[in-house]
Amino acid sequence: MPSMSTAIRPRTEEAVSARTLSSSIGYGVLYVVLAATAVLQLLPLLWLLLFSLKNNQEIFNLSPFALPKTLHWSNYSTVWEQGSIGRYFFNSLWITVVSVVLTILLANFVTFAMTRMKWKLSGIVLGLFMIGMMIPVHSTLIPLFSLFKKVHLTDSQLSIVLSYIAFNLPLTIMILMGFYMALPKEVEEASIMDGCSVNRMFFRIILPMTASVSVTAAIINMIYNWNEFIFVNTFLSDDSKKTLTVGIQNFVGQYTTNWGAIGATLMISILPILVIFFLLSNRIVEGIAAGSVKG
Amino acid sequence: MNTVMSNKRIIALYVLPSLFLILAIIYVPIVLTGYYGLMNWNGIGKPSYIGLANYKTLMHDSVFWHSTFHSLLFALLSTLCLILYLAVALVLSGKIRGANLLRKIYLIPMLLSSVAIAQLWLKVYHPTNGILNGLLEKLGFHHTPEWLADPHIVLYAIFIPILWQFAGFYILIYYAALKNIPASLVEAAKIDGANALQVALRIKLPLISEVIKVTIVLAVVGSLKYFDLIYVMTDGGPNQASEVMASYMYHKAFREFDFGYGSAIGFFLLIICLVATWVIRRLTATKDTIQYS
Repeated sequence: MPSMSTAIRPRTEEAVSARTLSSSIGYGVLYVVLAATAVLQLLPLLWLLLFSLKNNQEIFNLSPFALPKTLHWSNYSTVWEQGSIGRYFFNSLWITVVSVVLTILLANFVTFAMTRMKWKLSGIVLGLFMIGMMIPVHSTLIPLFSLFKKVHLTDSQLSIVLSYIAFNLPLTIMILMGFYMALPKEVEEASIMDGCSVNRMFFRIILPMTASVSVTAAIINMIYNWNEFIFVNTFLSDDSKKTLTVGIQNFVGQYTTNWGAIGATLMISILPILVIFFLLSNRIVEGIAAGSVKG
Repeated sequence: MNTVMSNKRIIALYVLPSLFLILAIIYVPIVLTGYYGLMNWNGIGKPSYIGLANYKTLMHDSVFWHSTFHSLLFALLSTLCLILYLAVALVLSGKIRGANLLRKIYLIPMLLSSVAIAQLWLKVYHPTNGILNGLLEKLGFHHTPEWLADPHIVLYAIFIPILWQFAGFYILIYYAALKNIPASLVEAAKIDGANALQVALRIKLPLISEVIKVTIVLAVVGSLKYFDLIYVMTDGGPNQASEVMASYMYHKAFREFDFGYGSAIGFFLLIICLVATWVIRRLTATKDTIQYS
């Protein structure tokens, strides 16, 4: 607030105008830096989009950001038809959806029991969930692999779903916790007075009230699951069961020299996330901020 | 009321499935990691107990120490970059038009899978057809480096996409925290004659110190367990010049089928992550947390 400081310590008019000039130059520089950062963040993706629409000759001979004469959409149809991209895509989709729905439901159960119900061990159990967030996934990988093998779940997508749920529960509970803490006790007192059972109250009254925060948590979960790599890469060996993230890794290997096909494959894999981002960017921003800072 | 809300059957019904899942999938495996570390085991046959032999070998394994050093280097670089992100967030949270749009643009790479990012940057770094060397040649450089094949620069070349991926995430966290600072505090400081820099350093930074601590933990622990991008871009190469703890564990277990030794590395990774978290928390602990609300 420059006007306020001038009110306290009056300056000559030249000094004031010199200051506004230098401050507007300063702002100009800042804008340039901020805009340049944004360009750097987008440039590789723009390049990817462009080379996914070119053939090799155009990629290697034209300047990188030049448009090709004709847009080679055929790159997309080729990789979609030839490879099992469609199957990978479907696998990613159902695994993500099932894991997210179950995680959100289970996390709501736990958070409700933690914050609203009274029981002795709740502190310890909450601690277990919160410490779970600090465990590196990689340290569990070898034993998980052998455990799943013992119960015949390797090469079953169930092992992936269970792992996603377990590793996402702690963060999801943390995000939900803030909401449940702020929920007034009167809500359940009134419904219990009216003779409502706990189950009924949870499903009919509490759960619908969490819709907004649950959606936020679901989006964060969705992004993690969609992009997850190491579990699928380790637990599943049957190609037809793999997800898009691991699928493109194998797929790109076949096309080492066809850059257009590689570009199209990568674009297909990131497009769903980009679309969701454009539709729900405010919620995603809010969710990531909430999910990281509250710890 | 109280009897209804402490109904043991319902509590068990609500908590036990999730509790069982995290015990079976997180806690049992981390205990087993330490246990398997005591075994000579190829992952298929029967494990045989060999005491601390794996851990002793680990102590004298130079590749392992190089991997650990690489992981620690990533942790250090990531932490230093936080200063950069903080500076951007400070500017962004000032009177900047379009700040909301900018922070969303910054965030986009973070939403993509590490595999897609790795594949994309493999192309960026491609020695002859990549966009980076293309640009350098236009600027007049003739001997452009082979970014991922040169053991001296490969680590830094890998760090750039990591920076690119996570910049928006940290900027967003700082931005959200800075926007939470009550305007009245900043106004008061300005009335007292503080300039923008003083407001930033003396008022804003202390007020978001808790958030800064969290981000340091996230950056350090995140770096220590970094895996996907390296696995796809270099697979630890050339000649293990970009091997990190997680990738070394993976190679030992799932390539060389030395599950015992891999488990020992995994256990070490777990310990170092927990210790790092604890140490950072201790080092940055303040006597009284600043309250502002």
